[in-house]
Amino acid sequence: MSALLSVENLRVSFPTHRGRVEVVKGVSFELGRERLGIVGESGSGKSMTGRSILKLIHKPGLVTADRMEFDGVDLRSQSEKQMRAIRGARISMVMQDPKFSLNPVMTVGEQIAEALVTHEKLPRREVNERILAMLEAVRINDPTRVAGLYPHEVSGGMGQRVMIAMMLIPSPELLIADEPTSALDVSVQAQVLDIIDDLVTTKGMGLILISHDLNLVSRYCDRILVMNSGVVVEECAAGQLERATHPYTRGLLAAMPVLNEQREELPVLDRTQWAGT
Amino acid sequence: MSLEPQLTAPPAPISPNKRIWGRRASAVAGFVATVFLTFLGLLAITFFIGRVIPIDPVLAVVGDRATNAVYEAARVQMGLDKPLVVQFFHYVVGVFTGDLGQSVSTGRSVAEDISRFFPATLEMATIGIIIGVVIGVPLGVIAASGQGSWVDQIIRVVGLLGYSMPAFWLGLVGLALFYARLRWVGGPGRLDIFYDGLVSPVTGLILIDSLLAGEFDIFWNAINHLILPASVLGFFSLAYIARMTRSFMLDQLNQEFVTTARVKGVPERVVIWRHAFNPIRVQLITVIGLSYAGLLEGSVMIETVFSWPGIGNYLTTALLNADMNAVLGSTLVIGAVFIFINKISDVLYRVLDPRAR
Repeated sequence: MSALLSVENLRVSFPTHRGRVEVVKGVSFELGRERLGIVGESGSGKSMTGRSILKLIHKPGLVTADRMEFDGVDLRSQSEKQMRAIRGARISMVMQDPKFSLNPVMTVGEQIAEALVTHEKLPRREVNERILAMLEAVRINDPTRVAGLYPHEVSGGMGQRVMIAMMLIPSPELLIADEPTSALDVSVQAQVLDIIDDLVTTKGMGLILISHDLNLVSRYCDRILVMNSGVVVEECAAGQLERATHPYTRGLLAAMPVLNEQREELPVLDRTQWAGT
Repeated sequence: MSLEPQLTAPPAPISPNKRIWGRRASAVAGFVATVFLTFLGLLAITFFIGRVIPIDPVLAVVGDRATNAVYEAARVQMGLDKPLVVQFFHYVVGVFTGDLGQSVSTGRSVAEDISRFFPATLEMATIGIIIGVVIGVPLGVIAASGQGSWVDQIIRVVGLLGYSMPAFWLGLVGLALFYARLRWVGGPGRLDIFYDGLVSPVTGLILIDSLLAGEFDIFWNAINHLILPASVLGFFSLAYIARMTRSFMLDQLNQEFVTTARVKGVPERVVIWRHAFNPIRVQLITVIGLSYAGLLEGSVMIETVFSWPGIGNYLTTALLNADMNAVLGSTLVIGAVFIFINKISDVLYRVLDPRAR
């Protein structure tokens, strides 16, 4: 399988008054048209990894890598203009909280239309048809009405489905989902992830699902990277998570409660067992 | 008790059209009511403050060497012997019939005076705020989108200068340079002397009156005279507006939805103007409205330097002469302008921000 995305020794750093701080310290991975999960706690560098693929880390942040190739294109040497043609059209990203990630003064329909017409010049009528079809694809029942709503008029779950529609309408080949469900109620989390999973599989896209929820990632992904303080500490197939060897992963797994268990107390992570934080 | 379903018809659904019109009508009624009440409150406050301050309007009329009898007669004639509430009632009735009383210092009715002085200020303030907005807003946006760059630094320095230079000094330097030396602009006053009084006042705004009369010479002359004082005023509002725009924009550019726009591959120009600028229009309207209202109050310094017959000068002269009717009248007009501008901003909020609807 030829790799859709290959990243080698990715480093992201930010200057502080005490010198540069590296938040991603040499991450490498390969991705085909499959579903890759990146798991880690807050500050582990998983979101920064996602954003640096789209070159969305701004000055004074600094991104370096030995290799960062998307479908044969060297992302490192792409100009800002060339990146714009890739963003949205070929690599897209679903962000965390629709309350903040949707423009409050544009209707849902306008925002989805913008994602499409930025990359494809289409007649107005066709744009409208594609929007309605896309809203239906993310299981919105009344697409004509919803397209005319403003973000503050839709619920969180619906907002996130709008976000997914907006990011998938130009048919990208890779979708980065950065904690797509952590701002949602548990009851709609599965619904939203099912939609992502469904669309990604039928369109044969690559998916990077960034999350702090081990269970969720192992259910929706083929492969898992576990990150801690900027480095990948574990890489395994989703089904083989129980066989993880790194003390951090083992600690996380042990800290998960199981139904009908005998343990009196859940263990706390013992961070002295590895070099991380 | 019968279990049969009730056969009475459900209440006829109100057609959505009717409901919308009903809501609009009540919104308009509420709008008028708040404007009216705010105005009445303003009227009461200015009136009572005018009566309690230790200025004797009678003395201002009769002079301090008048006999007691003359003094008393004047007091009765001015209605000041009646209880305060009665005086207030008369004043309110007067205001609503367009009568603001007589001015002691000019000898004309206050309403006439204001219709003469206010348009001069209105003209200058309007051109001033237009300069401030048209230049200030883009400068603020440019500064914010290149935060920390040399462009940003220059704009900040210009803003700081605008903030800290005294208006009268800038006016005087402007006159010395552009009028006395370079002869680019007209001197003090609204028109050259030989144009004065040639067009009959319709609106009192010379720019409009001269156009109505088809007198383009006078129009250009008025612009010549107006451009310098309006630019000085405009420079101050420009500095303020650019500063506020910059900080509003910086706030927006850090929002997640701006990142969303970039993820979509939208060009940076669109990111800045459509995604970051559109949401701040509401805040900008507040800032612009307040600056405009401030300019309409009339800047005494600028009006003095440019011999501009505006409301600021009128109000100051009236105050120094204890001409209470003129003071109250001008305060009322300025207050009404504030209310009016605020209400206009409220309406614009609703047009521009779906969340406020």
